[in-house]
Amino acid sequence: MKKVSLGIYIILFLTLIALVAGSSFKFPPHRPPKSALKLPGGFQVRVIADGLGAARHLAVAGNGLIYVKLAKLKNGKGIIVLRDLNGDGTAENVSGFGNYIGTGIYVKDGWLYASSNTDVYRYRLNENGEVIDTAHAEKIVTGLLDRHEHNSKSIVLDNNGFLYVNVGAYSNACQLQDRAQGSVGMNPCPILDSAAGIWQFRVDKAGQTYSDGVHYATGLRNVVGLDWNTDMDQLFVMQHGRDQLFQLDPNLYDAKQSAELPAETMYALHEGDNAGWPYVYYDPFQKKKIVSPEYGGDGKKTGGENAVDPVAAYPAHMAPDGLVFYTGTMFPERYRHGAFIAFHGSWNRAPEKQKGYFVVFQPFKNGKPDGNWEVFADNFAGSDNISSPGQALHRPCGLAQGPDGALYVSDDAKGTIYKITYDAR
Amino acid sequence: MMPDNPIKKFKRKATVLLMMLGAGMVCLKTGPTLAAASYSGPGPGSALRGQKIYEQTCLTCHQADAGGVPGMTPPLQKSPYVQGPAVKLISIVLNGLNDGVEIEGETYTNPMPPFNTVLKDQEIADVLTYLRSHFGNKAAPITVTQVTKIRQGIKK
Repeated sequence: MKKVSLGIYIILFLTLIALVAGSSFKFPPHRPPKSALKLPGGFQVRVIADGLGAARHLAVAGNGLIYVKLAKLKNGKGIIVLRDLNGDGTAENVSGFGNYIGTGIYVKDGWLYASSNTDVYRYRLNENGEVIDTAHAEKIVTGLLDRHEHNSKSIVLDNNGFLYVNVGAYSNACQLQDRAQGSVGMNPCPILDSAAGIWQFRVDKAGQTYSDGVHYATGLRNVVGLDWNTDMDQLFVMQHGRDQLFQLDPNLYDAKQSAELPAETMYALHEGDNAGWPYVYYDPFQKKKIVSPEYGGDGKKTGGENAVDPVAAYPAHMAPDGLVFYTGTMFPERYRHGAFIAFHGSWNRAPEKQKGYFVVFQPFKNGKPDGNWEVFADNFAGSDNISSPGQALHRPCGLAQGPDGALYVSDDAKGTIYKITYDAR
Repeated sequence: MMPDNPIKKFKRKATVLLMMLGAGMVCLKTGPTLAAASYSGPGPGSALRGQKIYEQTCLTCHQADAGGVPGMTPPLQKSPYVQGPAVKLISIVLNGLNDGVEIEGETYTNPMPPFNTVLKDQEIADVLTYLRSHFGNKAAPITVTQVTKIRQGIKK
């Protein structure tokens, strides 16, 4: 009898713990390990949190509160809040809310915006940058396409009350049969009506669908990194170029060419722009838009006369997942107004060695890329000999600038959050 | 704890070394015989031929270590699909898959195209036999008869 009642007490106690944990989970305090990142002289890096899992994009509120969007729920939560209470550079206070997975997150003018793979939500922030009501989000955009491939919805806001959302193509090259050797390109490509582009919505209107938005730009295969450039008052995006030229067209391309083509590209967009996917790809060696083999191309024939050219090109398949323009003053003068780009790291260069897994700095002058890009933060992977992306210890994905001018980087392999600061002393 | 007697320690080390050596010799001696025995159906060359097909056809997406691409392409290491029922496995290779596969809580978003026009029945049997005996997988070989049966089933 005594044994039975003790058992019941234990069960009740465990249930209570489970309920408390479920309603507002907290991670136990823990000091993350030192980072092995390599940075230019004068820069320091701190790991402010780790073990968050698939940490995609991140945003920093005015008071230094950090919001991280997860592509896989952690303790049932899809948005993680990190707070460094004592200013030692490590988050002592970690909590979460939101029961949906996704990639996009952005803070602007007293609101937190976050995306699932189909919708965009927003939450009111108080004067301390905290979400006032985590249980009730306002759904401002709904019904965006999610057909597995390229389904993340990255978001950014301009200064005029508009939100920009990427809808990636649910395809590699718009073939009749996606990624199948010998399958022709569909002409016209039917994907372009509702994906492979950027859509613009109002930030303050609930329940907007495709028909309420503006089809802002098209012909963009998949954009994950994007940011608003305040110098130019213009949207900049990073496109992931197409895969598998050799596997799909072994008569035209060899494995080596397939690893180096096409470029990953940066575009400075205006409303109505078309970047040419799937009909053309950008060849960084010929510096031309080349007709895709699925549309009659031979590796040399140029096309896309009505499509815009990229403003910068980067090595193939490195997967630019994060873009942020540096507007702070903490970093030296030469970094100001330039762009940081997080290259998640390639898979489509196999059997060649993989590439990327670093954060790049792209100098800018008068709102245009100026000069060669350079590796800024390296060694996320823990080795420069990665043959398969699963071997990388960390993969940089999201970038954000803090109110003090520090640069934050998220890693979606292990869920590590880095804070990069500058101090010349 | 008492420190180990150095002679005892040496004896133990020597025994372990000898055992390892012995095991190695047994492996060397019985290795090919064992391998041949386990591929009695499709023949001993099946897995070897399968490796070539893996490298030519599957490696770009599933990667050299069969680790896949996190979030995009499923891993084939110790895989419940590779080691699972032959009918389902063969059907995936023939028909492709675009279901947003979930394995151990991870979702994979990239589609797999059908390989029914790219690979012959023997090639599918070979590559699956290779996978089912490598990358931590342990499952019976796939025979060309099994593949042909399923392909004909699809045609009907």
